[in-house]
Formats: sequence, C-alpha cells, structure tokens
Amino acid sequence: MNFDIAMTGFVALYIFMLAAFAGWVIIGNVPAILHTPLMSGSNFVHGIVVVGGLFALFNASTVLEQAIGFFAVLLGAGNAAGGYAVTDRMLAMFKTSDAKPKTAHHHGARVHHLKKS
Amino acid sequence: MFILGSQLLIGAADLCAAFLFMFGLKQMSSPATAPKGIKVAGVGMVAAVAASFLYLFTVDAAARPHILVNIGLAVTALLIGGVGAWFVGRKVAMTAMPQMVAIYNGMGGGAAGSIAAVELFGGHTQGVTQLVVTLLGGCIGAVSLSGSAIAWAKLDGVLKKPLRFKGQQFVNATALLASVAVAGVILASALGVTGLLLPTATWIWIFFGCAMLFGILMTLPIGGADMPVVISIYNAFTGLAVGLEGFVLQNPALMIAGMVVGAAGLLLTVIMAKAMNRSIANVLFTNFGTVTKAKPGAIKGSERPTDASDAAIKMRYASSVIIVPGYGLAAAHAQQKLYEFVKLLLAAKVSVKFAIHPVAGRMPGQMDVLLAEAGVPYDMIFQLDDINDDFATTDVALVIGANDVVNPAARADKSSPIFGMPILNADKAKQVYVIKRGQGKGYSGIVNALFYSPNCNMVYGDAQAVLIKMIEAVRGLGAAAA
Repeated sequence: MNFDIAMTGFVALYIFMLAAFAGWVIIGNVPAILHTPLMSGSNFVHGIVVVGGLFALFNASTVLEQAIGFFAVLLGAGNAAGGYAVTDRMLAMFKTSDAKPKTAHHHGARVHHLKKS
Repeated sequence: MFILGSQLLIGAADLCAAFLFMFGLKQMSSPATAPKGIKVAGVGMVAAVAASFLYLFTVDAAARPHILVNIGLAVTALLIGGVGAWFVGRKVAMTAMPQMVAIYNGMGGGAAGSIAAVELFGGHTQGVTQLVVTLLGGCIGAVSLSGSAIAWAKLDGVLKKPLRFKGQQFVNATALLASVAVAGVILASALGVTGLLLPTATWIWIFFGCAMLFGILMTLPIGGADMPVVISIYNAFTGLAVGLEGFVLQNPALMIAGMVVGAAGLLLTVIMAKAMNRSIANVLFTNFGTVTKAKPGAIKGSERPTDASDAAIKMRYASSVIIVPGYGLAAAHAQQKLYEFVKLLLAAKVSVKFAIHPVAGRMPGQMDVLLAEAGVPYDMIFQLDDINDDFATTDVALVIGANDVVNPAARADKSSPIFGMPILNADKAKQVYVIKRGQGKGYSGIVNALFYSPNCNMVYGDAQAVLIKMIEAVRGLGAAAA
C-alpha cells in the first residue's frame, strides 16, 4: 500500500498496546446487563475487516486472489451488517420502568418477533 | 496530486471511523446511551467502506487490467453479504443470539484469514516481520472461522453432544504444531530456501487446512454450559486476527478496531471463567463433568414435585419473589409468558426482582436480552453481587431452567466439580420453586443439592407450558374474587 505513513514495527506495537488498554478500560465499564449487545457490537466493530478485504480484492491479479478476495469481502460485509442489525435491535429493547410509568401491564400489546425454531 | 488526495481522504475516513468506534463503545457503559453508541459506530463503518473505494486509484500495476472485474466482484460481495446479513439480523429470534454471535465471529475470522491468504498467494508481503504477522493473523483467523462454525453447530443443536476421545489433547496439539511447522516452511521458502518438496502455494493450502482443523478439534469437546467462554474467546481471536492483518495492510483503523475487540473478548473471557471458578485453560483443555463421577449418593431424600397452580398461588400471596432464569427459559422461548406472569404478581403488589448469574444461558448477558425483549424494565434486573444478600429475606425464589448456578454444593461440598463457583443463593429463600423439564441431571451431570432441600419443590414441565398454567391460576383467583 502506498500509504504516506509507513509504519515501523515499533509504531505498530505502540498502536496495539494503546488500543488494547483503551479497549480493556472502555469495555470494563460496560455493565453485565449489556454483555450480549456488547459482544455483538464488538462483532460489528471487527467487521471493519471488510475494508481490508476490499483492498485485497482491488489489488487481486489472479483468479485465485479474486476468489479469495471476494470471499473476504462477502464475509466482512456480512459480519458488519449483521452485527449492526442485531446490536441495534437489542439495544432498542432495554427500557426502564420510569420510561413507562405505571403501565407495566400494558405493554403486552407490543409486537414481538418470537420465532419458534 | 489526485492520488495524494485520495490517500488523504482514505486516511481521514479511517481515522474518523476509529474514533467513532471507540466513542460508540464508550456509550455502551449505560443502557440509556448505548442505542446512540451503535448508530455512531455505524456512521464510522459506512465512511470507512465508502472511502476504501478510493483504493482504486492506487492499485498495483498487475491488478490494473482486472480493475472493472474487481469492482464488480466487490460490489456484488458487499451487496450479497451486507443485505443478506442485514435481513437475517433483523429477523432472527432473540433466543438465537448466541448462534448469531458465533457466526459473526467466524465471518470476521474468515475474512481476516482470507486477507492473509491473498497476501500470501500474491506474494505481496515485504520482509520477514510482515510475513510472520500475516501467517499469525491468518492462523488465528482460520481457527476462529472453523471453531466458530463448530460453536454455531453446537449452539443451534446441529451437534448435540460434545465429542471426546482418548488422546484428544495429543491430536489437538499435533494439529497446532503442524500449522506452526508449515508456517515455518512458508517462511523458509520466502527466504529463498529450495527443495521444500511441494510448491509454496500447496504449503499455503496445507497451512490453512491445519489451522482450520485445529479450530474444529479444539471446539468439539467443549460442552454446552462452557459456551459463554468459547464465544468470548473466539470474539477475542477474531479481533486479534483483524488487528494483525491491519498491520500487514498498514491500516491503523483495522489495527485499532481489531485490538479493541481483542481486549474486549479477553475481558469477557476472564469474567466468564471467573464466574465458573475455572481457569481459561481448564475450560479449553479438560473435559468438564468427567472428572468426578463418584458422589451421586451423597444426598439423602427425594425431589418433591408440586403443581404449577399451587406454586403460582403461593407466589401471588407472597410479599417478595426473586426469579432466577437460566438456559431452560431460552430453550422454551418462555420469556414473554414469564413477564406476563410477573405483571400479574406486580398488580397484586408483590415485589418482584430478577437475579442473573454471569454464566446463565449460552453467552454473556443472554438472559438480560431475553428479559428486555419481553419488556422487563432493566431496573428490575439484578446481577449476582447486587442481589445475593436479598434471598435470605425473600419469600419465594423461582428458578426457571437453571441448575448449576443455584447448586449450594458449590459453597460447601469440596468434592463437587463446581466447588468454589460463585452461585445465586436461591436456597436461602423461605420457599424455592424450580421449573425443570424432567428429573434428569443437568448438563454437567452434577446432582443439585437444592432440589432435595426441605424448602424446595419441583414443578416439572416445559417452562412455557408451566408459566401458562401459572398465569391461568392467578387469573382464576382474580375472577373468583370478583
């Protein structure tokens, strides 16, 4: 990649180290009640791999490289889009009782997508 | 000039994406701000993906003749993968969330592994460091892909039983060592060593084959209740693989996003392992439940069944009830019926709380999501440490499809395989009801002392069917009074 900022190994290690610390601290503050959306949300975040997949596919010059690059973009795009969709859906479900004062027995009317499997 | 501009734009978009990801994850520290957080992160993703089309201005000379085909392939892959996963993600049942997370882990790992494969087959890597990092990231990505596929099959019920055989650890170690050795061969060939028996491309296939085989073998023996740890580990693996491939492509956004996810996965893995009082190595490398089979006769007495409606009426006239949900609630899709029942209790001025064990269900936080889906406000939901002292002053504890997480043997019985695991003190409530499918033992095969204790009654049946009976019983009371 003709990137302006060619990284040496040490700069990369600094980035890794700081990102790991930041991640550990930020994630450590997420309450246990949100651990499932946190996990699907971090699924979504690693969906950024699709950008790497696109780079690889654009630079592919043989059929094999094109096939694998296509596979990478396909998986990465699915990872990002699916991770976003489920996380967004889950987070929208978390409500306090204050949000709906004294109507605890009324929201049975909500539509639920309960699929029997 | 134009090329320089495109590179600046890509850099700026990626920087922006990395910032928005971190900010979005930060917003997840409260359920109130979290919905905004994921939307913010989504904007970052769209920006990064859109900007990556600017890479087209700087493609390798060798790839230039194929550029139109490659664009077509990229757009097709984005549409099929993105739109397909979007619709599945919008529709999938909340009870299937652990499977979905396993799939997304596998997809991310597979994508990272594929990037490594393209770099290796195309001979794009420069220098030993880049090659080693490519191989490492590729190996982790491939393990995550195949391991997550097995985890998915287990969670979805395609694979019913953990597969264990003699000498398993030896076979697993061989597969891992083989992939390391083949990585060595690929490295040697890049350094100009000849006479390696097979063409380098063949070695690359063997390398990915060994790594994927190891992922499969490593996941096969792991049992259902250990799934929270396994999912967390693959989450960390995928993050790590993405981060490493980010270094190979010299893309800091991938490095940062991957590493943050890696750290998150590791943290969750540690939390899950702690909640089971086991080390991570213990979960991965020992066959849980096969350790102690000697002590089934230690508990005297018998399980006392009771009727669903009797239990329901007792709860209706109690002043406080704590509900302990477990995997059985998810398996029976009973969360809506549960909240319907709880609303009847609340209407009768009973104080109701939910107590969640960190490893209840098949992934971290699964119970919280199911309750939220049913409409339970999150201020009624309490985690282990916040509620454990309340059981002693509570009239009724209702355990639904949970077993090991309420087994008092973990507190007292040193010979029990789960000794030392933090549990919910449901047994300390004045009366305990346990809704359970049948008399059989739970997953771990451990006898639960709680079921035999004098203050405990069993309500046998599918959680959904039992809760429907309970709802009818309490409604019947109301009708009789009116």
